[in-house]
Amino acid sequence: MSAPKTMFEKVWTAHEVVPETADTPAVIFIDLHLTHEVTTPQAFSLLRERGLRVRRPDLTLATMDHATPTRTEQVFGGAPITIDSAAKQIRQLEVNCADFGIELLGLQDARRGIVHIIGPELGVTQPGKTIVCGDSHTSTHGAFGALAFGIGTTEVGHVLATQCLLQKKPKTFAIEVDGRLAAGVTPKDLILAIIGKVGVSGGTGHVFEYRGAAIRAMSMDERMTVCNMSIEAGARAGMIAPDDTTYAYLADSPRAPKGAAWEAALARWRSLPSDPGASFDKAVHIDAATLEPMVTYGTNPGMVVAVNGHVPDRKGDPVFDAAMKYMGLNPGEPIGNAPVNVVFVGSCTNGRLSDLRAAARVLRGRKVASGVHMLVVPGSQEVKRLAEAEGLHDVFRAAGAEWRESGCSMCLGMNGDTVGKGQYSVSTSNRNFEGRQGVGARTLLASPETAAASAIRGRVTDPRELLS
Amino acid sequence: MKTAVIDPIVTIRSRTVVMPSTNIDTDQLVPARFLTTTTKEGLGKALFADWRYDADGKPRPDFILNRPEAAGCRVLVAGRNIGCGSSREHAPWALVDYGFQAVISTEIADIFRNNSLKNGLLPVVVDEATHVWLLANPGAEVVIDLASASLSVPGRAAITFPIDPFARYCLMNGVDELGFLLSKDDAIKAYEAKRVA
Repeated sequence: MSAPKTMFEKVWTAHEVVPETADTPAVIFIDLHLTHEVTTPQAFSLLRERGLRVRRPDLTLATMDHATPTRTEQVFGGAPITIDSAAKQIRQLEVNCADFGIELLGLQDARRGIVHIIGPELGVTQPGKTIVCGDSHTSTHGAFGALAFGIGTTEVGHVLATQCLLQKKPKTFAIEVDGRLAAGVTPKDLILAIIGKVGVSGGTGHVFEYRGAAIRAMSMDERMTVCNMSIEAGARAGMIAPDDTTYAYLADSPRAPKGAAWEAALARWRSLPSDPGASFDKAVHIDAATLEPMVTYGTNPGMVVAVNGHVPDRKGDPVFDAAMKYMGLNPGEPIGNAPVNVVFVGSCTNGRLSDLRAAARVLRGRKVASGVHMLVVPGSQEVKRLAEAEGLHDVFRAAGAEWRESGCSMCLGMNGDTVGKGQYSVSTSNRNFEGRQGVGARTLLASPETAAASAIRGRVTDPRELLS
Repeated sequence: MKTAVIDPIVTIRSRTVVMPSTNIDTDQLVPARFLTTTTKEGLGKALFADWRYDADGKPRPDFILNRPEAAGCRVLVAGRNIGCGSSREHAPWALVDYGFQAVISTEIADIFRNNSLKNGLLPVVVDEATHVWLLANPGAEVVIDLASASLSVPGRAAITFPIDPFARYCLMNGVDELGFLLSKDDAIKAYEAKRVA
């Protein structure tokens, strides 16, 4: 009998074209290469310089999300894109995809959206696959039991040319989440708590596997929120074993296998979960039942407190002191004192239909506080269509929020959707780094429920106060 | 794989610039608004843009890279965990375009480290004691020898740092990994032939 294997080891071994040696890294085959406008232009230039073609256009899918406008008139109405270089980058992706024969879900395509939202939506994200993209939140796809991680542009070129990557085998890290999340406490709160516990570099060199009863109880949308932020704890990938929840999600998706191919795939997928007794290089345990809604107070995603708690007092720690200065907050004060100028609901972390429903549940029949600008940006055009079909856009608009076309938008502000200098933004995105949402912007990361509640009160607010 | 695509690195001899901040993320290295470029060139001016320039685009005199002692330095000593966050390769492109050849810290984030190695920027992970010394001695003249994977600083015993042998070979010969991958075409074809779609 062979030794028990982790899910990561099974997927890794199945994709070794050439195993690792003392002198060379492993050559790993990539099943799905997702591409977008921002991290690919220089990779296509490399192919042209070397006279290379794209080896497997059939395993490559392109969309545009990071630099794209979210105003309807700019997406569909022919109004000019405000940032010239962004418009150029979008055109360049169109040219590159046409020249190299890659399927592009372009600006006006009904299937366009944030790359990590559309992969699962289309059903190209599947258990056991290796999936890469020039974006660190590629870890999202690990929610399906895929090995999915972000790469740089040079590596994008490698995958385009050879469908392979040179990789050293990472270590494994089990994140065991027992118990159940309490009412009003969300997977976003859980992953923020995990990052707070593990630290922003605690996962470096490792692949996470999220395990335990709390994870098993989650929907696919919720699992994606958790895996999405693995990189914020330093782990390039985070995986969750596929189960009936996974298969039910994929069975309805357009590009999942059908008929006999589905049955064969299902048999393969059922063998993926880590074997009983498989050992991990590291592990942490978290009791989900003890968690509260969480919000960040500092300038990295590990600086997190309960939404009804206080900013800690770590005066003398240079990271803490710098964060306090940047954020304009005081050690020991209730985080609920923090004012709110902007609320952003969206991103690859929390831009799926269930996230919009959660925000709408809090907002329904209420108004965004005077002086608060709230932006709701669906993660994909399909999410937008489904949200509108059930009237969520009317709830947002009636509350005083803006409803936009899909894209990364205010998560990183490179399309011009930014937060002003010194303004406080409660955001459902994934990074609260200095300047992330705009020069001088102060970001507090939270769940869609907390973001919506904070929009209504104009202060950081525990959503349970509005959900009862 | 003999096409030299990056300048080969054998020995780096330079004074250091010290930026002691912990967790310098890639959004600080290159803010997102500079990512709409379609080339690698010219990103040096975007390096640390929000720390380096004021709202009017004027250099902040107190920022280390704007100080005269930083001129010509090719080694950046950073606080723990540099390069966390976004996978943007624009971060090492900007560091290289600015003139850096090596980044030293106690922890270097995975994607940034990989991206650096592919662009002739040497990531050097050192022990805590060496790091403390380097942070306390900005402008120290250091010698990094890639063949022996060693770092020498004045008045201290040389230390070795971990580096993947293949990455070292590529850096020392100025070749990139693509040539190696392309040379594995037969193995890739064989894999594809037995692969279950």
